[in-house]
Amino acid sequence: MLTDYDIAITDINYWKCYFSYKRTEDVSLSNTDNIIEINHLEFSRGDRVIFKDINICIPKGKITAVMGPSGSGKTTLLKMIGGQLTPDAGGVKVSGVPIAGLSRKALFAMRKKMGMLFQSGALFSEMSVFENVAFPLQVNTDLEPSLIRDIVLMKLHAVGLRGAIDLMPSELSGGMARRVALARAIALDPEIVMYDEPFAGQDPVGMGVLVTLIKKLNQSLGHTSVIISHDIQETLSIADYICIMAEGEVIAAGTAQEIKESASAQVQQFINGYPDGPVPFHFPAQDYLAQLKG
Amino acid sequence: MFDFLALIGHQSISKLAGFGRAAIILSYALVAWPEPKSSFKLLVKQLYHVGVKSLLIIAVSGLFIGMVLGLQGYTILVDFGSEQSVGQMVALSLVRELAPVVTALLFAGRAGSALTAEIGLMKATEQLASLEMIGVDPLRRIVAPRLWAGFISMPILSMIFAVVGVYGGALVSIEWLGVYSGSFWSVMQGSVDFYDDVLNGVIKAIVFGIAVTWVALYQGLESVPTSEGISQSTTRTVVYSSLIILALDFVLTALMFGDV
Repeated sequence: MLTDYDIAITDINYWKCYFSYKRTEDVSLSNTDNIIEINHLEFSRGDRVIFKDINICIPKGKITAVMGPSGSGKTTLLKMIGGQLTPDAGGVKVSGVPIAGLSRKALFAMRKKMGMLFQSGALFSEMSVFENVAFPLQVNTDLEPSLIRDIVLMKLHAVGLRGAIDLMPSELSGGMARRVALARAIALDPEIVMYDEPFAGQDPVGMGVLVTLIKKLNQSLGHTSVIISHDIQETLSIADYICIMAEGEVIAAGTAQEIKESASAQVQQFINGYPDGPVPFHFPAQDYLAQLKG
Repeated sequence: MFDFLALIGHQSISKLAGFGRAAIILSYALVAWPEPKSSFKLLVKQLYHVGVKSLLIIAVSGLFIGMVLGLQGYTILVDFGSEQSVGQMVALSLVRELAPVVTALLFAGRAGSALTAEIGLMKATEQLASLEMIGVDPLRRIVAPRLWAGFISMPILSMIFAVVGVYGGALVSIEWLGVYSGSFWSVMQGSVDFYDDVLNGVIKAIVFGIAVTWVALYQGLESVPTSEGISQSTTRTVVYSSLIILALDFVLTALMFGDV
């Protein structure tokens, strides 16, 4: 039985065929199997090494999850894909186009083909829900206001918030704000959608809604999804391909089943949440009894 | 010894890099081609927030400063029998110095700190990053309208300050202290030159507007995205702007009215 959600996704695909976006500088993306290639990436902040030698290929049209402990550089990786940070060595290519070498104008044109869901939602506080979702369409296209209105309503219907169009971001719950941000991230029907910790701080229902939305949007709209998360169960349930990062390196990569069956003790500790293992419970200290005896 | 030298070197390079980033921000915001569809609306909106909302404090401050000038001026000049020149004293003080400087200081405290806090909060809540990822240049969309609003508002506010201040001086001198109104206005008219006094005051206001707005926006963009970071940035905006205004005032006064 078709749900309202399925009808909304069909509407979006219908409209995709019948209008085109005006782009200031079209950076054409080639049709490769790997839409994002990260090669020998190195990056440091001060004395702290974030990436030692990262090599990741993200396949087109799939959901790829990049996971790891807090502080392993997952969000930094997303910022490098989006060109917001420049690596110290190595490079990021999006459909064969090196991001670091792009001019400012070309980089902004490239970003129009990407959508990003920030951890905090990052909605514009002075705009309503409707205006937030309409914003990418208003600034990047020459569409008529009536058509923009229809698209915005479809996007909000797809995330279940069509009734909240007049609310301000301050009136939204955390989960609602994140769904509005998701609607805004897909407003331009991007080829790549990046999710920065989409499940963080969500209640079970909200988490389930987001998991379902990410999966269904990926299937229906055919874009490539990159999820940054350390929520194991939710991410493993939808990801086609998973990379686990730790200590500046990729320690495991593969399908969800391959990751679960990994022989690496570090991977098993991470995905099962063992308190002790390669990442020790105790911070390095002198002998316990010796210190007690003093 | 070498650690100390290394620290000095590191701090110097950091400061220089900061000046470089500030110059890049200014050049991008001024030189970047505006977005025809939205740039005028954004500018008008910022003119309201930055200029119109500062009007009350500028007007009230101008009135009181003009009144104090009239009172103090009369008190001093009456000893020399020159109380009829109080109009000249009030007008020249305001037009040449007090209007641009005090307006700029008030502008820095009211509008400058608000700009810094707004931009800093946008940075902390990742709104600037989300603008970048939507394909919109924050320097064109956010920074440029605010910069131009500051450039345009400051000289207008300065002139309003001067006009209201002259009225305040006239109110005190003529109505309360009994200075003959004909002398008050005629001496003022004869001594205030449009090009040497009024125009120079406007030029000062424009320069101060550029300085205050530039500092405010730079501090907002460079703020650490935490509540403490934003608080420190707004404080730096007011302090740095005030010092820069006073330093520039000396330089401009020396160039305009001195024999330098």
